[in-house]
Amino acid sequence: MSAASEAETRFEREDTRRRWLLSTPALLIILVAAVGPLLVVLLYSFLAPGSYGDVRWQFSSDAWFNVFLERDIFDDTLAPAWAHLSIFWRSMKLAFITTLLTLVFGFPTAYFIATRDERTREIWLFLITIPFWTNLLIRTFALQEVIRQEGLLNTLLLKLGLISQPIPMLFTDFAIGLGMTYVYLPLMVLPLYASMERIDFRIVEAGYDLYASRFGVLRRIIVPLVKPGIIAGSILVFIPSLGAYVTPRVLGGGKSMMLGNLIELQFGQGRNWPLGAALSIALMAIVMIALLFYVRNASRGGPTHG
Amino acid sequence: MPSAAGCDDNQRSRQKERDVFSGVIVPEKPDRNAIEVRGVSKRFGIGENAFKALDNVSVTIRENEFFTLLGPSGCGKTTLLRLIAGFDFPTEGQIMLHGQDIAPLPPFKRPVNTVFQSYALFPHMTVGQNIGFGLEMLGKPKAEVKARVDQMLRLVRMEALKDRRTSQISGGQQQRVALARALAPSPKVLLLDEPLSALDYKLRKEMQSELKRLQTETGITFIFVTHDQEEALTMSDRIAVMSAGKILQVGAPWEIYDRPADRFVADFIGETNFLPGTLGAIENGRTTVTLSSGAMLPATLAEGYVPNGPATIVVRPEHARAIREGGDLRGQVENIVYFGTDTHIHVRLDDRNLFTVRQQNSRSRDCGFVVGDAVGVAIAPDGAQVLKD
Repeated sequence: MSAASEAETRFEREDTRRRWLLSTPALLIILVAAVGPLLVVLLYSFLAPGSYGDVRWQFSSDAWFNVFLERDIFDDTLAPAWAHLSIFWRSMKLAFITTLLTLVFGFPTAYFIATRDERTREIWLFLITIPFWTNLLIRTFALQEVIRQEGLLNTLLLKLGLISQPIPMLFTDFAIGLGMTYVYLPLMVLPLYASMERIDFRIVEAGYDLYASRFGVLRRIIVPLVKPGIIAGSILVFIPSLGAYVTPRVLGGGKSMMLGNLIELQFGQGRNWPLGAALSIALMAIVMIALLFYVRNASRGGPTHG
Repeated sequence: MPSAAGCDDNQRSRQKERDVFSGVIVPEKPDRNAIEVRGVSKRFGIGENAFKALDNVSVTIRENEFFTLLGPSGCGKTTLLRLIAGFDFPTEGQIMLHGQDIAPLPPFKRPVNTVFQSYALFPHMTVGQNIGFGLEMLGKPKAEVKARVDQMLRLVRMEALKDRRTSQISGGQQQRVALARALAPSPKVLLLDEPLSALDYKLRKEMQSELKRLQTETGITFIFVTHDQEEALTMSDRIAVMSAGKILQVGAPWEIYDRPADRFVADFIGETNFLPGTLGAIENGRTTVTLSSGAMLPATLAEGYVPNGPATIVVRPEHARAIREGGDLRGQVENIVYFGTDTHIHVRLDDRNLFTVRQQNSRSRDCGFVVGDAVGVAIAPDGAQVLKD
């Protein structure tokens, strides 16, 4: 080995060490604030519930059992825990619909921004991030004010004579969909924009030139190139909306329970921490499966620049 | 694609044409018109700030022709190409393709394809998928698309790279893919927007002859945009010289070079000496010009051009020779620049005008002059001509 390459190896080794040193604070935070609590949650899910909340230090698989199954009080037969499963199903449905809606609204928005000139783009991006400045709870209550029976929207429509009676919107599925879409839209727009910004839009012209219609260009050129952004945005929206808690509660009126509310219930009034913990881990498992799907999709046949 | 026989015929007739004129007269091609641009204007922006990219341009491009739009950047040549492609729409005027007005049609409804300056290849597709895209969009059956893609790959000599991604091939290869992709759907007209400008000198030379070969082999009308006058002169059947949104002259390369319509064309194409003078009597398209130094110079006039008073004479540097004694003009050698194949001698004439003489270099000898020598300039018969100003 020559002296030069030896020096190079030594330099590389030092470089690696420096990198580790620099990332130590972040790794520590992740260890203390994320991995540690997660292990505690996992541990709790295998313990027995205490009578006033908390846990008894005694191994029990009851919590996990109760997530999926329930025992009939009278004849001791086992049946699937439909109450829980339907909540899981409803949450997944809501997360799925939210992802779809943010995609439907976010895609044209991101496309619009990405095709502006550089200065205008910055202004639009700035506007997209403005909602982040206000607390989620406050924004959600503000939305409640807009759509309630005597709210802004109904008053406006009545004044304009478009409707003769206020439309009931608050505490409906529509309200939840609207709120969720509103809250998570930026999380979809930003990754979509990041993908679109890298597209050389001259290839769109090339597509038109080669007899692709507007839809053909969208389907065969833009969507495949934006795919990494679509997947990233979908994951970013799907995961938090699966555990959404505030929006279904405030805008849906808590009429239909979501996973987030169910977990909160177990740690609060339900006083069943192990069940809450098991539900949390189950929620995480769903997220993990979604992520796995993402990783497999992203590594397979994505565009080279993505 | 026309039949092989048609291709041959065309080649032959064109060859004959070249033999006949050999730099004298171009017989009009009897061919049909491919593209007719009629009174086209294009304005960007509105009101006072509107920028007129094209100003009442009319030009006819014949079928099976290698036609070049030549001009400096910002002259409107790319705008004209984009109007023909359909990426922009004219503010005024018509664009006829085989007698049908295509100006209002979107690009995907025009049988015209483009080779982009940046190539604009689809980064998420392989070389083969790129080439097949147009045919696929036209709804051709799979087997036909595949056969055509293979044929195109052979045409541009890229068979081995069919399944490569476009990011894994060199610039020259990307250029070939862009060409094959645009040629695959057999367009009526192929538009090329400065396609060689990103290549280095050697590769550019190679692609120039490649393009010429493709054009004769496919028999497709090529409209080629460039700012490189050498490229235009070597490749084109006809050239349109553009400046500031107008077409100044349309003609065969030799016409553009030897009979420039005005000062801009003369200056833009090749190197030229401009000499101010006063015209004498005109007879048979010839006259004698009195230069400011008092020297008298025989000069030709463009057909049908009847000027009066002062005029500008143009002389190409290679139509003049530097000699020791005598000559049409006298002066002093100011500078000598060696170019390998030839040497440029800059002569400061007695009337203080600068005149460049280009002399072919002979083996192992310099040009025989040194800076400061008194020198005469002999101008070849018909070497001087009166410019329309």
